[in-house]
Amino acid sequence: MTAQQAPLADAAMPQPLLALEDVTKTFPGVVALDGVRLELHAGEVTALVGENGAGKSTLVKVLTGIYQPDGGRILLDGRPVAFRTAHHAAAAGITAIHQETVLFDDLTVAENIFIGHAPRTRFGLIDIGAMQARARELLDGIGARIDPAARLRDLGIASKHLVAIARALSIDARVVIMDEPTAALSHKEIAELYELVEQLKAQGKAILFISHKFDEVFRISDRFTVFRDGQFIAEGRTADVTEDDLVRLMVGRAVDQIFPKRPAAIGDPILTVAGYSHPTEFEDIGFSLRRGEILGFYGLVGAGRSEVMQALFGITRPAKGAVRIDGKVRVIRSPAEAIAQGIVYVPEDRGSQGAIIGLPIFQNVTLPSLARTSRHGFLRLAREFALTREYTGRLDLRAAALDQDVGTLSGGNQQKVVIAKWLATRPKVIILDEPTKGIDIGSKAAVHAFMSELAGQGLSVIMVSSEIPEVLGMSDRVIVMREGRIVAELEGEELTPETLVRHAAGISEAAG
Amino acid sequence: MTDTAATERHIPDRLSRPGVRLLRSWEALLLIVAVLIFTANSFASPYFLDAWNLSDATFNFTEKAMIGFAMALLIVSGEIDLSVAAIIALASTAMGAAVQAGAGTPELLAIGLGVGLLCGTFNAVFVTVLGLPSIVVTIGTMSLFRGLSSIVLGDQAYGGYPADFAWFGQGYVWWVFSVELVLFALLAVGFGALLHLTNFGRAVYAIGNNQTAALFSGIRVRRVKFLLFLMTGLMSGLAAICLTSRLGSTRPTIALGWELEVVTMVVLGGVNILGGSGTIPGVVIAAFVMGLVTFGLGLLNVPGIVMQVFIGLLLIGVIALPRLWSRIGARRR
Repeated sequence: MTAQQAPLADAAMPQPLLALEDVTKTFPGVVALDGVRLELHAGEVTALVGENGAGKSTLVKVLTGIYQPDGGRILLDGRPVAFRTAHHAAAAGITAIHQETVLFDDLTVAENIFIGHAPRTRFGLIDIGAMQARARELLDGIGARIDPAARLRDLGIASKHLVAIARALSIDARVVIMDEPTAALSHKEIAELYELVEQLKAQGKAILFISHKFDEVFRISDRFTVFRDGQFIAEGRTADVTEDDLVRLMVGRAVDQIFPKRPAAIGDPILTVAGYSHPTEFEDIGFSLRRGEILGFYGLVGAGRSEVMQALFGITRPAKGAVRIDGKVRVIRSPAEAIAQGIVYVPEDRGSQGAIIGLPIFQNVTLPSLARTSRHGFLRLAREFALTREYTGRLDLRAAALDQDVGTLSGGNQQKVVIAKWLATRPKVIILDEPTKGIDIGSKAAVHAFMSELAGQGLSVIMVSSEIPEVLGMSDRVIVMREGRIVAELEGEELTPETLVRHAAGISEAAG
Repeated sequence: MTDTAATERHIPDRLSRPGVRLLRSWEALLLIVAVLIFTANSFASPYFLDAWNLSDATFNFTEKAMIGFAMALLIVSGEIDLSVAAIIALASTAMGAAVQAGAGTPELLAIGLGVGLLCGTFNAVFVTVLGLPSIVVTIGTMSLFRGLSSIVLGDQAYGGYPADFAWFGQGYVWWVFSVELVLFALLAVGFGALLHLTNFGRAVYAIGNNQTAALFSGIRVRRVKFLLFLMTGLMSGLAAICLTSRLGSTRPTIALGWELEVVTMVVLGGVNILGGSGTIPGVVIAAFVMGLVTFGLGLLNVPGIVMQVFIGLLLIGVIALPRLWSRIGARRR
């Protein structure tokens, strides 16, 4: 592996626009960044790859002035700089589009884009007309058809992401950091994002692109940098390496099987849904799930998959339809009832619906199982720690202690805590909504292996996923949804990327 | 499993020993403040260090603290009840009216607790069934309950409570330990156990930190909150019994402004006003701190209005100090 590559043939490598030298950042008990280096060049996309906990998010926070490094230097145009606040970093032309977008639900799209630097009138008031016109320009520029006067609350998650991108571009940036920008976007929007990145390159901006999806990294980046456990591992030109090389650099060894689905003995139907309808979200949903089966739910963002799952879990109530569990008709009116019936749901939105930030790891894990760990309603901590240890151990959780606040863990480890929480309830059916969204390849493999193991033990899994390789690799059967309806049920030979995309997008057979 | 999960890691249960954590806690800081005030008081007035005087001092906080314990749970869960003082007024008025109709002590107890429970239910229905913000609902019921009491009472006062009714506010269980002080201690233990040792308490913390995730984890969020409002109403009813018994009368200004004193006590005790954290031991110490300050200043003949200023300064000071301290520390580095 030739990581340290020679510069481009046509010109000597110019001075990097932004460079980090020997940057270190420590937190109590953890070295998040251990003397790392990174170079970003004008007009180039640098991909930063690494597992969760490799230090990528910390690096972004150092670059945007949210964290102060404990050691090392940041060079802008070759001159050392210090970003003491987020404002300093923005003034220096560094802008970030974050993994979990930080926007204001009750403000308009235009206000979100220009908050902090809105155009002013002569009297120092915000020039609403100018602001909306500029917002429309920016949104048009990225191909987003969003009304600048709309309230953010009324937009879908993908549109919100586009607003975040527009916001990042509204600052006249020289360095654009994109942290998992495609995580919430549909295929069409991803294609538009690629075009946008090309435009930014052409304008001479330096782009730092953080992604877990290798196809994106190879599609879009010119250079790459690999971190592992807070340390710099390698850098080079993307064209000179293969996917296998990168995986090896990231995990320190080869991962030969990302989707280790083992054939499991599939038994009788355990969950049967018929004529399930909701006034606005979905209509006439019918399917059955068998013991030991992994049933994939594929569709575009907004196809109604999560809504069906949330209704099954008792969060929303459908207008009509029947749910049978083990052949008996059941009405589930609340998550507590669903859990009692052996159905659990691991939500997509880890931050707001899954992990309870502020509570320690063990209290997160045992929350739905307290009836089992307690006696006469009184807590028994020893049992809680034992239960937590049992399930987090199987998922290879990385943490300093089990009474650590779950908010101090990396995204992948938070997801492991959430999954451990649900497995500890000993469910019959586990519904995973985008279980590996935004987590690194190592954690992903652990989650996949574990899903497979669970199915082997007779647990039934419903996996809602928008990642085609994951859907194809893990599912025994796949249901495709479009606009609130089931449009296809695919199995065996029919399961190809083409058929999935065709059904999800509603492209007829003849047209293809 | 794949080779990515090859190495088994050992993760300890606890990051630091419980003792170490206790030393760094808010409660420890508050305890130091309490000891300082105690020492200062004993130097400032020769009458302070007297068992009976100190026993009298506890009446400054026992009734408020009864409500404070329930309020602490409510605030940890992310809600608040500002109608508690008005509930006292309404419950006391109802008891006063009952006395005029010839009710005895058992009936008075039932009426006091019943009115509290009823008012709590009223708040609970609006917040948990209709989903209205508790701060708005209870500001509304604060006016409503106090208003009802004023209509019944006018500008007169109820008196003539039966002699054995006085036991609750004026009686002593043993030596200097008053009935109210013993009630306070029992309730502190009871609410402390409820919040810190039971599934219910864990659910309260979970709701206060992330209501949606708690619901998704099978916690019956609305039921828990409903019960918390009931408890707060019930404790207000109990406080009404104790206060009415101690004063021996019901006047229109009874417990006026107590809702903020109760909230002050809870926040001083380290309960996050935004929900999610706080302890009952903290509230207990805060109750003593407020009681000692009020009593100490009273011995020095400081007027009530100036006491208010002291309590306000104390609250802001105790809350701001740790933050200022860490900021100064950060700048030096």
